[in-house]
Amino acid sequence: MTTLSTGPARTRRRGGRLSGRPQLYRSYAQELALFNTRPKRIWVGLIVLVALGLSQMLTDNHLNTLALAYAFAIGALGLNIITGLAGQVSLGHAFFLGVGAYTAAAISGDPDGRTIGFGITNILVWLPAAGLVAGLAGVLVAPLATRLRGLYLAIVTLGLVFIGEHLFREWSDLTGGAGVGREAAVPELFGIEFARDGDYLTSDQKFYLLMLVLMLVFALGARNLARSRTGRSFAAVRDRDMAAEMMAINLPRAKTVAFAISSFYAGCSGALIYSIIGFFEPSSFGLLLSVQFIAMVLIGGAGTVSGAIMGALFITLLPTLTRELPAYLPFISGQVTDTPNVFQLEQVLYGLLIVGFLLFEPRGLFGIWIRIRNYWKGWPFSY
Amino acid sequence: MTQFLEVVLRGLGSGSIYALLALGFVIIYKSTGVISFAQPAMMLTGATITSYVGPALGVMLFTGFSFFVSMAVAALLTAALALVIERGAIRPMVGRPAFVVAIITIGIDIVVRVVTSGFIGLGARNIPNPWGLERVELAGLRVQERHLVSLATLAIVVAVLFWFYRYTRHGLAMRAAAFDQEAALTQGVSVGSVFALSWAMAGALAAVAGSLLAISAGVDRQIWIVALVALPAIILGGLDSLEGAVVGGLAVGVVESLVGTYQRDYAPWLGDNFAVVSPYVLMLLVLLAKPYGIFGTPEVRRV
Repeated sequence: MTTLSTGPARTRRRGGRLSGRPQLYRSYAQELALFNTRPKRIWVGLIVLVALGLSQMLTDNHLNTLALAYAFAIGALGLNIITGLAGQVSLGHAFFLGVGAYTAAAISGDPDGRTIGFGITNILVWLPAAGLVAGLAGVLVAPLATRLRGLYLAIVTLGLVFIGEHLFREWSDLTGGAGVGREAAVPELFGIEFARDGDYLTSDQKFYLLMLVLMLVFALGARNLARSRTGRSFAAVRDRDMAAEMMAINLPRAKTVAFAISSFYAGCSGALIYSIIGFFEPSSFGLLLSVQFIAMVLIGGAGTVSGAIMGALFITLLPTLTRELPAYLPFISGQVTDTPNVFQLEQVLYGLLIVGFLLFEPRGLFGIWIRIRNYWKGWPFSY
Repeated sequence: MTQFLEVVLRGLGSGSIYALLALGFVIIYKSTGVISFAQPAMMLTGATITSYVGPALGVMLFTGFSFFVSMAVAALLTAALALVIERGAIRPMVGRPAFVVAIITIGIDIVVRVVTSGFIGLGARNIPNPWGLERVELAGLRVQERHLVSLATLAIVVAVLFWFYRYTRHGLAMRAAAFDQEAALTQGVSVGSVFALSWAMAGALAAVAGSLLAISAGVDRQIWIVALVALPAIILGGLDSLEGAVVGGLAVGVVESLVGTYQRDYAPWLGDNFAVVSPYVLMLLVLLAKPYGIFGTPEVRRV
């Protein structure tokens, strides 16, 4: 022990890297670091720079879609924590999104309006509140979740979506009622109103930048969680719950915490998604929304932060691509009333993508990236 | 009292449809260990096929008979579709975690449902049948004929299933595979064909349930939601119990019908249409007390 623990110089040498040996970890701290290799740091920096630059280059329409995609990514990160990291299948994500969206809308809503509102439009108030209320809902559901495993849990969370939809439909003082809806949370930060065009930036540019920054914050949070003691205990529960219990992980507590954090993300995501759209009604939070999030996590790559973000971008941008199709494929109609229409095509694509990825690339888009990376790493050799 | 009994009978009628669907879920779960979320799509497809075959037969046969013939055709075709799905998407996943396979079935459900919806169109498609919303007097109670038809069909199906599992080679093979797949393999049971058979049976049952459901209002794009009500039913009964599926299905039907009738007078604060979600609430309450349902086997955890 004495040879190992003396002096800062020695510590630095032990924890430092050898040049030319990027895969050689010489301390636990190094392996657990946020960005444990240099290429990772460079790539993340580049992607963030490009994403920031896009706000000046793309048209407002595209920026709006991307901002939505970032808001969805926050929800996907949340589902990734419970399903990808802690291994508990939840089909109830839409319910928590709804709880968050309604909390935010109620806090920032017009006090004299038709629906409940308190008129506090500061995003720093309604965003955490939305997350906390949704997280609380998650904690309330958790006692059921901790007793159940696997598919039983999937069915119970599916029931939660139906019960939630009923609640949202009936509580019309809060939600405006079925088919009517209410205005969503009003985003405002230190006097900047995101819903209006400013002197320098348009509304869509502001939304885009806000969502980008928030998504990065949430992604960093998720990445940090995954490498913390709590996050590693989640992974242990996922891999083998009984072995985790043997290692003194409190199973009910771990699952409850996972549910709470995941619901927190979902609540924030719900509040943000509808603050961009501006208006929503109770039927938005149905089973389809939950399935979309499942698709995002699975197509992106379960258990990885970058995968969840890629999946969310992919699924949210899919409609923009399919809407272009009628121009090229004349037998597909752009009208809802005709039979092979783009909306049907879109849903069929969701389904086929879920099936296809699970059958042929279970690690999702992230897995494809790993394959490409490994190919070029070894190039020109095959391994 | 008369009203109460009539409501219970009505519940048993719709409950028998849930029971048929629940049987399909349980048959697949018992032999493959997976919940097939593709059952709603199977039900929708079956009902749609019936709605196409029925009118074609209508000129040749009298209506009651043609309904059952078209239902049988639909059951066979849906079973064939289920076989294709099982072979193409489920068999390659043998050995993978159950929830991954369950999610695959969600994907299949979406695809099949959207394609089938294309054949349904925007309105409802009628299934020719002699019952519709007609009522009949039975020991002083007024019951809709369609509920009696559903109950009778369920009784026949349960009898056939009992005979199949108890007295046939394939039934024995299915019980063996459900009990222990590897042991069954060593005894010469083809577990693959057991998988295929269970998917086909579940598809056929879903088609029957869909056709019965469509007697009164026809087939429209939304009826697949009904198939999900069978999920609370199988949770109530326990995922791996066939008796549980029947009892759970009937219980869910009765509860839904009772809530639909009395909740407006006794608990109006629960909101309109609470009956639609009552099966799910019931499921949550039962699970708090019995995590593996009423007839289900508790999971044995072994280190």
